[in-house]
Amino acid sequence: MESKEVKMVAALRNGTVIDHIPSDKLFKVVSILHLDELPNQITIGNNLSSSKLGSKGIIKVSDKFFTDQDINKIALIAPDAKLNIIRDFEVQEKKNLRIPDSFEDIVRCGNPNCVTNHQPIVTRFYVTNHQPLTIRCHYCERMMIADEIKIK
Amino acid sequence: MQKSLVSITDYSKDEILRLLQHAEKFEQNPNQPLLEGKVVATLFFEPSTRTRLSFETAVNRLGGRIIGFSDASTSSSSKGETLKDTIKMVSNYADLIVMRHPLEGAARYASEVASVPVINAGDGANQHPTQTLLDLYSIQKTQGHLDHLNIFMVGDLKYGRTVHSLLMAMGHFNPRFHFISPDELKMPNEYKQFCDDRGIAYTEYNELNDNINTADILYMTRVQRERFTDLMEYEKVKNVYSLKNKMLDNTRPNLRVLHPLPRVTEIDEDVDTNEKAYYFQQALNGVFVRQAVITYVLGLIS
Repeated sequence: MESKEVKMVAALRNGTVIDHIPSDKLFKVVSILHLDELPNQITIGNNLSSSKLGSKGIIKVSDKFFTDQDINKIALIAPDAKLNIIRDFEVQEKKNLRIPDSFEDIVRCGNPNCVTNHQPIVTRFYVTNHQPLTIRCHYCERMMIADEIKIK
Repeated sequence: MQKSLVSITDYSKDEILRLLQHAEKFEQNPNQPLLEGKVVATLFFEPSTRTRLSFETAVNRLGGRIIGFSDASTSSSSKGETLKDTIKMVSNYADLIVMRHPLEGAARYASEVASVPVINAGDGANQHPTQTLLDLYSIQKTQGHLDHLNIFMVGDLKYGRTVHSLLMAMGHFNPRFHFISPDELKMPNEYKQFCDDRGIAYTEYNELNDNINTADILYMTRVQRERFTDLMEYEKVKNVYSLKNKMLDNTRPNLRVLHPLPRVTEIDEDVDTNEKAYYFQQALNGVFVRQAVITYVLGLIS
């Protein structure tokens, strides 16, 4: 398995490999990165065996380097995923995801009565606890924990 | 940098204590022309006659003028104007905005788009900081101090924003909390966590009985019918959390009963004549506290 995976990575000239995505989160990652709207070459593998996760997913996108904003989004749903930046067939950089202390315009507030769900407002959240992930809305001050967090 | 009051957590312990001192001065001398030549906008996107009259009385006693509306149906928001545009427009006219809004977070947002200070007069179920300050003022006035008090909170502790804000504000003063509520309306975990983090002791009870005999403050709240899916359950709970005059017989002499009002059945009318009933004076204290907050956010006192 390992050698095939290396081949998948090696086959990419320039781009990004997102590895170690839990299988049940793979298509969520695809969706929040809007990969379905991307014209780039994309390879998606799922239910690959993984010693760490049991079963994992991997996404390989040619000629695409994600912004920090996008990377933060991934961190919110698959915090243990790894990013490999490939340039000229070489892994140029490995990035661990890190959930930032605050983030803007990524999460939708789960409180239906929050002003951000009724007016054109950029949402803002603060991380109040990492394990379990707990965030607080800057506006309505409501707390949300891991499962309740909805990506915009 | 304008200085709004959106949430009670915007103010430090020191600021809270200074505001209470100023409120005391306004109680001694309520008519002071500090707002002469100033215009205050009271924007009530949902009706709240009690709160609006309290703020407008405070402004009038300070010699200021008032513009505004008391119901969103008479404002341009009913034509689809965004909150941002309304606030920007009113910022041009007034020196201060007092705002009540049905959506949570509306006051924080308004304070970010306004060019003048904003005082939150209630944003949905979230915050109502001048209510909290008047509760603190009432506690300090009746007990002589705020430290190490036995605070009992009774009724709807789940949805009641006044008890949540009061809990956080009292957190500065080493209280001991007692929460009395039905299981469906228990104090939410995040507020118990708040107490745990600060080493504040609390006890939870299901029944309102002679466990109140050690109380310094009995803070009653309204149990609202709409919080219950089962109306039978509501009828049961409604009577269990009703305070009767004879229940105060063996309580401490310094005990005072507070309630944010309006009350319905949770305090029997026979309590009103008891010297421990304090809820009507509590409402009056709101005017002095609001005079202090208004002059503070405008930088007229420090």
